[in-house]
Amino acid sequence: MSTAATLNAPAGGRGHGHAAGLTEEEEHGASKRIVVAYGFWIFLISDIIVFAAFFATYAVLTDSTAGGPAGRDLFDLRMVAIETACLLVSSFTCGVAGLGAQAKNGRVFQIAMAVTFVLGAAFLTIEMREFAEMIEKGAGPSRSGFLSAFFALIGCHGLHVTAGMLWLLTMMAQVAAKGYRDDILRRILCFNLFWHTLDIIWVGLFSLVYLVGVAV
Amino acid sequence: MSAAHPESESRLGDIAPGDEKTSDDIGRGVRGYLIGLVLATGLSIVSFYIARSTLVWAPSIPIALSVLAIAQMGVHLVFFLHMTSGPDNVNNLLALAFGLLIVMLLVFGSLWIMTHMNHNMMPMDKIMRMQR
Repeated sequence: MSTAATLNAPAGGRGHGHAAGLTEEEEHGASKRIVVAYGFWIFLISDIIVFAAFFATYAVLTDSTAGGPAGRDLFDLRMVAIETACLLVSSFTCGVAGLGAQAKNGRVFQIAMAVTFVLGAAFLTIEMREFAEMIEKGAGPSRSGFLSAFFALIGCHGLHVTAGMLWLLTMMAQVAAKGYRDDILRRILCFNLFWHTLDIIWVGLFSLVYLVGVAV
Repeated sequence: MSAAHPESESRLGDIAPGDEKTSDDIGRGVRGYLIGLVLATGLSIVSFYIARSTLVWAPSIPIALSVLAIAQMGVHLVFFLHMTSGPDNVNNLLALAFGLLIVMLLVFGSLWIMTHMNHNMMPMDKIMRMQR
């Protein structure tokens, strides 16, 4: 099986690579693009597990409102719908930016990245306003176990989006300054994976936190 | 697939997570993302709609929403992250499968244990009375 051979490439290559030398090992090793992206994929999966821990905490504490407001008193589904639309479309434009980078098309890449940034900023603005309004109403993270878990979970996602936007700007600047070098293209691929994963996590959050919170 | 080493990678039979086999053609790539966007938007709209309508029997709404969320995550994985069941994607898929196992253990394990604990706990007012 070719995949198994790739996984065991360093050990296997040394075993029978004596006759052919280093070229044999190179032939069996994965390209740097695959190795880097796979490593980053493993990181993203561990990040998903971190979110799962926050989500498990939230799920356990949803009813622990300590007499304070519950989800259905606080969530504004219209705002959540706009946030969802922002992230969904930004996932699309981020994918287009990745394709533009592959084709070494500067205009497609820079415009798609700029649109992605604007949509990410809109998402964060709405989320921060939501947080500010809740805290103003006296429903801050210290009000109840439910609200602590809510702010930790949604805030963790918001922090990830913030980090993603900083990364996005860095990639735009690096492409402008250094062009489409192989290492830059690898970073753009990793950024793409990161941004799409954040969108996947948001799907879980808007469905199981906001929508279930309002429906139940 | 990297444009720099197309030959070495096709011989290897593995692709990087997020990469697509035929992404050299930008038009085809965009079409894939568009299909994903349309499917994901449709599923989101259905989720938002059934959350507030009486279309679905009320006690089953959380389960319906979970199913829709999982379906949408699948759409994202296939059309945005280009996870396929092909042999060149086995490594990426296995890593994901292990991650999902841990996620399920974490979430359902926590819920299971905590609901049983809440069930077996003495009601709060009774505890308060005993402390007096």
